[in-house]
Amino acid sequence: MTENVISEQYNYKIVRQFAIMTVIWGIVGMTVGVIIAAQLAWPVLNFDLPWFSFGRLRPLHTNAVIFAFGGSALFATSYYVVQRTCYASLFSPKLASFTFWGWQTIIVSAVITLPLGYTSSKEYAELEWPIDLLIALVWVSYAVVFFGTIVKRRVKHIYVANWFFGAFIITIAVLHIFNSMALPVGALKSYSMYSGVQDAMIQWWYGHNAVGFFLTAGFLGIMYYFIPKQANRPVYSYRLSVVHFWAISFTYIWAGAHHLHYTALPDWTQSLGMVMSLILLAPSWGGMINGIMTLSGSWEKLRTDPILKFLIVSVSFYGMSTFEGPMMAIKTVNALSHYTDWTIGHVHSGALGWVAFISIGAMYYLIPRLFNREIYSNSLVETHFWIATIGVVLYITAMWISGIMQGLMWRAINADGTLTYSFIESVQATHPFYVIRLLGGVFFLTGMLIMAYNLAKTISGAKPAEADVPVLVTH
Amino acid sequence: MMTALMHSIWTVVVFVVFIGIIAWAYSGKRKKDFDEAARLVLDDDDPVQENQKKDNTETESQKNQEKP
Repeated sequence: MTENVISEQYNYKIVRQFAIMTVIWGIVGMTVGVIIAAQLAWPVLNFDLPWFSFGRLRPLHTNAVIFAFGGSALFATSYYVVQRTCYASLFSPKLASFTFWGWQTIIVSAVITLPLGYTSSKEYAELEWPIDLLIALVWVSYAVVFFGTIVKRRVKHIYVANWFFGAFIITIAVLHIFNSMALPVGALKSYSMYSGVQDAMIQWWYGHNAVGFFLTAGFLGIMYYFIPKQANRPVYSYRLSVVHFWAISFTYIWAGAHHLHYTALPDWTQSLGMVMSLILLAPSWGGMINGIMTLSGSWEKLRTDPILKFLIVSVSFYGMSTFEGPMMAIKTVNALSHYTDWTIGHVHSGALGWVAFISIGAMYYLIPRLFNREIYSNSLVETHFWIATIGVVLYITAMWISGIMQGLMWRAINADGTLTYSFIESVQATHPFYVIRLLGGVFFLTGMLIMAYNLAKTISGAKPAEADVPVLVTH
Repeated sequence: MMTALMHSIWTVVVFVVFIGIIAWAYSGKRKKDFDEAARLVLDDDDPVQENQKKDNTETESQKNQEKP
């Protein structure tokens, strides 16, 4: 083993950049979410402005929260974790810097083009072809930086969090490139290479694995690093984490067809999608148990540590939504739930409860360390936690009730076979729940603003932290 | 027909590989290595530096400090 003294520093700059943008894009994306929730409750708020209408702003909301907020959180945490667990500084700082500026350029392009109506109309992949090309370029650079750092690691073992980050990076590259295959017919207009039912299947193969690998595998990487660190305990079962990783990787890719139940998709494909979705419950819950049980024996930490509250409650929401998902993938349940607000509630219990909570927890852990400061106020973190929790609960319960109600109203039939309710009656019945959902969103956004204030106070006047890569003395 | 056969074989191969992974992960020989791997992140110290003023807006809730 080499024992030469290495005077190398971790690349914290790139982590800082992405961490700060996580908070900023979180606020932007959630503000747009609050606006469109208000538009659904009171359509007059569309103001007859095309660029401000729900149809234009909705993809902006989804892109901003998933790719700008969630994406920045993933870049920040993966760059931090891969360095700290490999005892190596980031491979190619220049390329890493390109991923930051490239990613921000992509987000700004989205903020401009989506309200102007430039869209490929593929859900969660709305951006037009020139932006798609830039995404591919940034993503490949991300892979080079990440795996380059893995290669130059100074410890033999590759920590499990890196496996999850790695799977996320590779899979998203494949998904993005294949789903975005298109024929350009103008500077900002293209047609998908696929058509008909194949187009639908490719789209939801992409769409569901954006959930499975972007919003799950990546954030599981965060879970496997930040929960042990914050709790100061090793992960509950490392063996389980290995099985968890491979089970998730083998299974997730098959579940997309459940988005297309009772469509032109062949029946056997729908059933396969349903079965694979049900199987997914096992690895999902294995991972959840592994995350939560890491705290086993020191549960009292949950009482005093608001950051740990964010992290552990996020995993609880993960467990809840990964139970709900397979249930909704059952065709008979889906017959009730599909096209209703139940789906929106499900997505947000995952997106707010799981993805946002664990990102927030990780940022509260990271940002003070990146600036060598204690957090300005722990009680504000505590306030953030509770206000965000109330927000999520308001949001998802409103959507559950409204969704199931919609499903029941749409299928209600009179004795003579005619529909009991007209569509507009279901819309009217939904209205109060849209207002409650808006309230939930406002709560959640308020929490983010508290976070921004708290972190701004934490880092104001602070000098960026520098950290040396420790010298390893192995065996 | 050929495609269906290939797909079936592939499914079985993947399944067997997965069972193999479980057997490998849970074999007694691996336990020590895995325990070591799990400790890997905790052996790496990255505490919040103590060189800054303490937050004076609060008293009771204290941060669960990383080990010094």
